[in-house]
Amino acid sequence: MISSQTTMKGSMLQIADLDVVFGTGRMRVDAVKGVSFAVAPGESFGLVGESGSGKSTILRAVCGLAPVAAGRIAVDGAAVTNPRSQTFYRTVQMVFQDPYGSLHPRHTVDQILAEPLAIHGLGNTEERIVATLKDVGLGPSFRFRYPHQLSGGQRQRVAIARALILEPKILLLDEPTSALDASVQAEVLNLLDRLRRERGLTYVLVSHDLAVVAYLCERLLVMRHGETVEETTAAALRAGTVASDYARTLIAASRGFSRGEPVAQPAGIAAQ
Amino acid sequence: MTGKPLLEVENLKVRFHLRTGTVEAVRGLSFTLGRERLGIVGESGSGKSQTGRAILGLTPPPGEVRADRLVFDGTDLLTAPRRTLRALRGGRMTMVMQDPKFSLNPVMTIGEQIVEAYRAHRKAGRAEARDKAFAMLEAVKMRNPARVFSLYPHEVSGGMGQRAMIAMMLVTDPDLLIADEPTSALDVTVQMEVLRILDELVGARGMGLIFISHDLKLVSSFCDRVLVMYAGRVVEEMSAGALARARHPYTQGLMRCLPTLAADVRPLPTLLRDPTWAG
Repeated sequence: MISSQTTMKGSMLQIADLDVVFGTGRMRVDAVKGVSFAVAPGESFGLVGESGSGKSTILRAVCGLAPVAAGRIAVDGAAVTNPRSQTFYRTVQMVFQDPYGSLHPRHTVDQILAEPLAIHGLGNTEERIVATLKDVGLGPSFRFRYPHQLSGGQRQRVAIARALILEPKILLLDEPTSALDASVQAEVLNLLDRLRRERGLTYVLVSHDLAVVAYLCERLLVMRHGETVEETTAAALRAGTVASDYARTLIAASRGFSRGEPVAQPAGIAAQ
Repeated sequence: MTGKPLLEVENLKVRFHLRTGTVEAVRGLSFTLGRERLGIVGESGSGKSQTGRAILGLTPPPGEVRADRLVFDGTDLLTAPRRTLRALRGGRMTMVMQDPKFSLNPVMTIGEQIVEAYRAHRKAGRAEARDKAFAMLEAVKMRNPARVFSLYPHEVSGGMGQRAMIAMMLVTDPDLLIADEPTSALDVTVQMEVLRILDELVGARGMGLIFISHDLKLVSSFCDRVLVMYAGRVVEEMSAGALARARHPYTQGLMRCLPTLAADVRPLPTLLRDPTWAG
């Protein structure tokens, strides 16, 4: 581990020595082991790694959806409470991977967007819904449709709208485009990029696609087996000047399949 | 490729007669497959998955499959008795589906499912089937085959689930494997492992592979030949190496809208669909 161990003043989200443990005894799984990083306001930070590397678990731990065994999580300088407060959810919102599973199938878009407003006691429901829909590139005609009447990209836009309607400062994005077609992915990535610039949002993006991470994020953490491999920048990723062999393996793999090169060795022995 | 083709498809049509009208998912698709890797690429709704399903006879009920010719290694799949089809399916031709979460049996351990798949097609005792299942779990590079054998599908990650699925589909040594987005639920390094496993098997056993995917770049780096589908038709067929010289605007658009590490284009170009492509 190289950096961000020290307390960064003025960071929007700070994670220090985070441990997440599932199960006990023989079935004990250490999903996240001593991970630390800090994200500045308006910055976009990526988490990449293979299945089971703990990248999504970190997002879930931030939201209070995974058992934190040790470590600190601070949002906007203040340690989070357990359970998370209402204020926390006004500040931090999450967009999940699967737009088919994360929207209530029997609620209209209008109901889906009105619910967080009702929970937080916010008025102007009408205006906020119309404005947020417009912001994510959906016209007012989508307002009274059900999720099954929408395409995957449109659903993900609704999921993004649901997160944005509370005007949060931090958006946790868990593989937001991996369930979408390439052309739709481009639209959603453009949307996320624009929203961040316009609203000064802070992103934490989990993705297995290095090109997506390089597109949306400035800095990123490469993870493996719940541990930090290295913290690096999108520029280093593009230039191929990453420090660890594992990150180089990831870059090589993202270029596509190649025969004969030692790119695709078994996960346990790769890149050593 | 050499000799007689493994699979011949001529003018394949898949239609769904629904209350709201007829949906034509596949509209006149033709190709032959040898013992090679054929990629079928397209976006959601292009008919690529329905093509794979139709070949195996897995088109869901309101669907209707028509073709001038649909022959697998001398067996006419359109007229063969169900008994013959059942013996072929899962034995000599198998399919790896998109999502291990929905295609594995949630109330059976992974090991038992592989044993069941093997014993359904080969005369084998439990012990032999068990050994075979272990060997297969090892072949798909499970770190701890013995542990994975006794786990239920919900207890493994997506990547492991998909490898288990591949183990199950390859345990009977099929001649034709249809892989429908087999790696899109996996992350890059695991994806490469799975592809390497598939690549070895296709090479070593002389299997035919139909690789269905939305990922044009991946398919072209893995397959010998690529069919690009749009709205139920093939808009372009090319050898995989010729991707950079793709002629059709849809193929070109698909290539361009992907973010890459090499170039930082912002905003990403989006794909403008031309109604004439659907023809």
